[in-house]
Amino acid sequence: MSHGLVVVGGSYAAAQIAASAREQGYAEPIRIVSEEPRGPYQRPPLSKGYLAGKVLPAALPLRSEAFYRDSKVELILGARAESIDLSGRSVVLSDGRRLAFDRLALATGARPRPLPVPGGGLEGVLFLRSLADADALRTRLAEATDVVIVGAGFIGLEFASVAVAAGKKVTVVEMQDRVLARAVAPGLAAFIADVHRAKGLDIRLGATVKELRGNRRVESVICGDGTSIRADLVLLAIGVIPNVELAQAAGLACQDGIIVDRFATTSDPRIVSAGDCTRHPSAYADQPLRLESVQNALDQAKTAAATISGVAKPYDTVPWFWSDQYDLKLQMVGLAAGHDSAVTRGTPSDGRFSVFYYRRGSLIAIDSVNKPGEHMLGRKLLTARLSPTPEQAADSGFDLQGLMAKA
Amino acid sequence: MPAVVYILKDGSERRVEVPEGTSVMLGAIQNNVPGIEAECGGCCSCATCHVYVEPAYADKVPPPDLTENDLLSGVAAERKPSSRLSCQINMTAALDGLTVRIPEKQSL
Ligand SMILES: Cc1cc2nc3c(=O)[nH]c(=O)nc-3n(C[C@H](O)[C@H](O)[C@H](O)COP(=O)(O)OP(=O)(O)OC[C@H]3O[C@@H](n4cnc5c(N)ncnc54)[C@H](O)[C@@H]3O)c2cc1C
Ligand code: FES
Repeated sequence: MSHGLVVVGGSYAAAQIAASAREQGYAEPIRIVSEEPRGPYQRPPLSKGYLAGKVLPAALPLRSEAFYRDSKVELILGARAESIDLSGRSVVLSDGRRLAFDRLALATGARPRPLPVPGGGLEGVLFLRSLADADALRTRLAEATDVVIVGAGFIGLEFASVAVAAGKKVTVVEMQDRVLARAVAPGLAAFIADVHRAKGLDIRLGATVKELRGNRRVESVICGDGTSIRADLVLLAIGVIPNVELAQAAGLACQDGIIVDRFATTSDPRIVSAGDCTRHPSAYADQPLRLESVQNALDQAKTAAATISGVAKPYDTVPWFWSDQYDLKLQMVGLAAGHDSAVTRGTPSDGRFSVFYYRRGSLIAIDSVNKPGEHMLGRKLLTARLSPTPEQAADSGFDLQGLMAKA
Repeated sequence: MPAVVYILKDGSERRVEVPEGTSVMLGAIQNNVPGIEAECGGCCSCATCHVYVEPAYADKVPPPDLTENDLLSGVAAERKPSSRLSCQINMTAALDGLTVRIPEKQSL
């Protein structure tokens, strides 16, 4: 009897592995095991429209019940995979069940990084990763007056936009000397910080947190320099840690991520992995990297599913990401890290422009603000390895689309 | 409840009821209608929820806003005058029977 595929994890990568495996003709049983009480759902709205009440719970599921039923994908919810028995080819669940498999897919994702300071356990100190987290945060936000966010990454700034719009006094404490330090170049970071400040956000750069104080409930955040900031709600948004423990205990190669090759195969040929939990080679980077994005989870999952179905489909999609903050639509394509020059197309004061990043004369990334067309074109250019000169990119009158047509 | 008719890639039709206040994209996702990927979940950021609105409904659907119009320039399949991003078409009673055709592909 065939045991088929077991997928551990319950989000973008897990659902896409199952869906793509079926599309590729994989006909054996497929079971998805997730520790969450609900099937795969969208996370991006959790820090955006869902918190603001603009996206309703019914809009969150990634796939319908009909999908799981019609595609014969079994969802095992509320159960955690505790260990992998490689020789016995099975996964042991927290409820004691043992699931035998022929192929295993790890889509365990990532979890918020804890802040190792006293007071982290006080009431009112929250993280944001799951729908349960978002519901807790929303309830708290309604009652809060002083909100402190630790970390000026995407989730921190998106939550800040929602909290400011809700009329709260909001402070962001960031260790680096700019916002979004990991994601965007200094010029764009400064532009984004200005937009937030103009809306009333208090951004403290180069500031650390040494303690969260309160009596059962959090009351203040104490910074490294001794400054105290009043807080009745603290969101810790200082990045994520990949969930590698399950893979590591089974002896799979891991290094801040489950190591996979271009075909999403782990160090064990029967096991694939995709999404936030992997460290993978990329045609767009010199070093294997870990990405935290919907694009990466979906596209790598498609590769993992192809591998399981016996089709070799290397993962080489150009990375892209989006973030919505107030009326700023930020879209990023490519990897800007390591650029040696940058030019701007359009006028930042109009709030509509793109920054083109170059390395040794070649285009490597584009960050767009309210320019979705340029973002989409950027995806095509980078995929085709086409590079306008920096002069062409900076000239709004130059027809970039024409470069595609000529290619 | 108003209904949307999706014409699939193989030419077959799927008629599903889509609650007012939700979108044509959501109607497809919630009813497992294949061919609409909606990677960004309706944020108007991905262009993978592209559809062609059938001529009979062209005048009934409110026109795209600036963002949608700009994003439409990047759809993977051919862009036609009838191209729309289905996450940006809100269902209303007036759109009952809206018929949209699903394009050949949604991603590059
Ligand atoms: C608030 C928020 C906003 C975001 N906004 C954006 C955005 O705008 N654009 C964008 O591109 N990306 C965004 N992201 C990132 C994006 O959501 C992630 O990259 C994506 O969810 C990764 O999917 P994944 O399937 O790899 O893992 P995850 O989404 O992390 O899911 C992993 C799942 O596996 C489960 N699991 C883990 N271990 C086990 C186990 N041992 N047994 C059973 N189940 C297990 C977890 O509970 C979880 O359900 C956002 C993320 C958050 C939290
Ligand atoms: S779902 Fe992404 S643009 Fe419509």
